[in-house]
Amino acid sequence: MLLHLKFDSKSVREPVISKTTLEKNTLINIIRGSVGAREGELVVEIDDSRADEIIEYIKGKGVDVTKIVERISKDDERCVHCGACVSICPVEVFRIEEFRIVADQDRCIRCGICVNVCPLSALELPRF
Amino acid sequence: MTSKTIDEINEKISDGSAVVVTAEEMKEIVEEVGAEEAVKQVDVVTTGTFGAMCSSGVFFNFGHADPPIKMQKVWMNDVEAYTGVAAVDAYLGVTQISEKLGIEYGGAHVIEELVRGKEIELRATAYGTDCYPRKELVTEITLDDVNQAEMVNPRNAYQRYKAATNSSNKILKTYMGTLLPNFGNVTFAGTGEISPLNNDPEYRTIGLGTRIFLCGAEGYVIGEGTQHAPPFGTLMVKGDLKEMDPEYMRACVFPGYGVSMFIGIGIPIPILDAEMAKFTAIRDRDIETEILDYGVPRRGRPVVRKVNYEELKSGKVEINGEEVRVSPLSSYSVARKIMEELKRRIEKGEFYLSEPIKRIPVKSEFKPMRQKEIVVVRNLMSPAIKIYEGTEIVSASKLIIEKGVNHLPVVDREGKLRGIVTSWDIAKAVAKGRLERVDEIMTKDVVTVGAEDPIEFAAEKLKRYNISALPVIDAKKRVLGMLTSEDISSLIARRG
Repeated sequence: MLLHLKFDSKSVREPVISKTTLEKNTLINIIRGSVGAREGELVVEIDDSRADEIIEYIKGKGVDVTKIVERISKDDERCVHCGACVSICPVEVFRIEEFRIVADQDRCIRCGICVNVCPLSALELPRF
Repeated sequence: MTSKTIDEINEKISDGSAVVVTAEEMKEIVEEVGAEEAVKQVDVVTTGTFGAMCSSGVFFNFGHADPPIKMQKVWMNDVEAYTGVAAVDAYLGVTQISEKLGIEYGGAHVIEELVRGKEIELRATAYGTDCYPRKELVTEITLDDVNQAEMVNPRNAYQRYKAATNSSNKILKTYMGTLLPNFGNVTFAGTGEISPLNNDPEYRTIGLGTRIFLCGAEGYVIGEGTQHAPPFGTLMVKGDLKEMDPEYMRACVFPGYGVSMFIGIGIPIPILDAEMAKFTAIRDRDIETEILDYGVPRRGRPVVRKVNYEELKSGKVEINGEEVRVSPLSSYSVARKIMEELKRRIEKGEFYLSEPIKRIPVKSEFKPMRQKEIVVVRNLMSPAIKIYEGTEIVSASKLIIEKGVNHLPVVDREGKLRGIVTSWDIAKAVAKGRLERVDEIMTKDVVTVGAEDPIEFAAEKLKRYNISALPVIDAKKRVLGMLTSEDISSLIARRG
């Protein structure tokens, strides 16, 4: 499961991810991160089966947690099934099946690279 | 030996007895029964392609305004069309971009909107004449309002195309799509074994006058296309925009590059004899091309490797021992739909074949541009004042004063570049009271340039890295000279 974490000026100084890993004895994959002057953001992947307790723990550290449900979406009216996206996606969301481009949205890590590659502007990353 | 004529095939189409198969089906048939038998069984093979074809556009005749105008400049939804022909004739190219929206919107979008029945703004200016007094015009038009809208595409249906990859360390946004750094991916265009010209490689039946499927309409081949260079053959085609279907023509934007248009072309190939049957049995593995390195910004992009369409379509190719993912840029899905649609039309007697009245060349050369001068780094570079590793800073500073230079490349005993020291590095060392050897203060990660690189390429590097000189090196990293920003300004002064 993907989580979007928002740190405020206080929690941004805490090693929240390391603490969660050690305390909860779980692996966390950092997908994306940005740290500003007074706040920060992370997109992380966590163990689905223990999602609730991990989210609860991170929240307890003063971090705002949102589950990322929305993944890449493809407008099939616009898509002409060329395949420009298939070699771009780092996690192979797109594949060619029976000559058509199929998107396996569950794999998407919301990096957004494909959105700016599609010649038909058929890909969109909904806000969460 | 069975043989037939196009007239005989048309008679069969007329009485509903013609056997039409798609190029995909034909390969199986020839494999199973052989070319001699296939001629007896099949009359027509349909082929198809659907890809971005930049060399496309539409001739319009808008009709006359009152008072009339001799258009000197004309815009359709803020996209300029060429009107250096008669008063209200203009050619709108698909790649022309909007003056307001930039590369997000262009000629292709205007054309697609017209085909979808939408209204567009027509704006024109003129100098005014006795016979055409009006100087300005703004109105709204639809496709129904214009007299003619004739799509005329100078270069379509590329038989095969060079595939692309990128050895450089930055993302490249090209007409071959987005190319990831360090051979991160490969892109290719064309539909391979179902593409029209690959099924008639000697252009026996595809020539001037061949009736084709063009974006849903009945169109014609009007000759070989520009840059026609077999086996990289191309076609010039025309067709009536008013009869076209948006399903088979789509405006597109290659991010960072610009606007183009997916054009759908289907060509029927008459199976006149065993040779034609054999031609249409061609397989992707027999269609060879090359993967070029777009990381080198030259006309002569280096060939990374040879490859065939079967490998490209497999989705993965090997480059330098690593598996690299491949993206097609043409739509095989829509190309197949075109083959099926053309097959249906011929079977129903809605589409007849035509005899070409002139063949297109089977041999043709694609020449590079004649240019007055191509200035390369070698033409402008200065001799390098080289120093060895271990040189003392004091002697380096003397050398800078003596020779009147600002940059000293540092080399090893074999003359290979190890670093660079500038007068600024030395001033800094002096200020800090550090007066040891140059290796301690030199920059080791040096930006360099090749002697045969064009000067524009070197200038771009100086700007991108915000530096004032580049060591010129050979393949073995030996220093051949220095290229400074002064060397480049001397060129500009000379040209001025």
